[in-house]
Amino acid sequence: MPSPRTRIQTRDFDLSAEVAALREGDGGVGAVVSFIGTVRDRSAGVGIAGMELEHYPGMTEKAIEAMIDEAQRRFDIRAVRVVHRVGALAPRDQIVLVAVASAHRGQAFEACEFLMDYLKTQAPFWKKEHTPEGAHWVDARVADDAALRRWGIDAGNATE
Amino acid sequence: MSEPINVQIRYFASIREALGSGEGLSLAAGARVADVRDALIARSDDHARVLARGRAVRMALNQTLCDETASVPDGGEIAFFPPVTGG
Repeated sequence: MPSPRTRIQTRDFDLSAEVAALREGDGGVGAVVSFIGTVRDRSAGVGIAGMELEHYPGMTEKAIEAMIDEAQRRFDIRAVRVVHRVGALAPRDQIVLVAVASAHRGQAFEACEFLMDYLKTQAPFWKKEHTPEGAHWVDARVADDAALRRWGIDAGNATE
Repeated sequence: MSEPINVQIRYFASIREALGSGEGLSLAAGARVADVRDALIARSDDHARVLARGRAVRMALNQTLCDETASVPDGGEIAFFPPVTGG
């Protein structure tokens, strides 16, 4: 049975194992591009003790599956894996993995960036940072909406 | 008069902290998401504050992002949440 393309989990993930699974049984793969997002130890100059990641079970998987379908329409790619962690995370922890396999590198680089731009503004996750001054919900960034607009998609997340 | 419809409301992140994880709502058939938001705003001062128009509130109908013009089916699930911040 092939591995699912999308996983939401509290536990950590292993890049090597994910890439091995992504390439398994496909000799046509000539390029793998992966992106890993991690927890910074500072935010706007304030130390971060940890963070909590909430999501919308059901919608999260549906949104990510739809974005992978869109990436496969736009780019000549062979396989995609998206892993996103939820729950309590500490500074330096891994948060998200997007890995794309293709025959040649160009399409994998582009698809990986497209997928991350899409995920940042369209997948229902919310980060709450814990600092010495208390906890606060992270604000959405206008720059993330602009990043998705490069691909001709109006994010409508941080901005109307 | 057609029968009223029943929908399930879900809240997430800062809106969940203010209003709880969700609630049920009955409204007239033919309602749109805007009508759902209006009915919720009328429920309490807390609802009125966090769901006020002009605040950054995103909406989903049956787990797909939508806007206030979306038509609400009987048994639908409508979620209200702040702009997303994953990745």
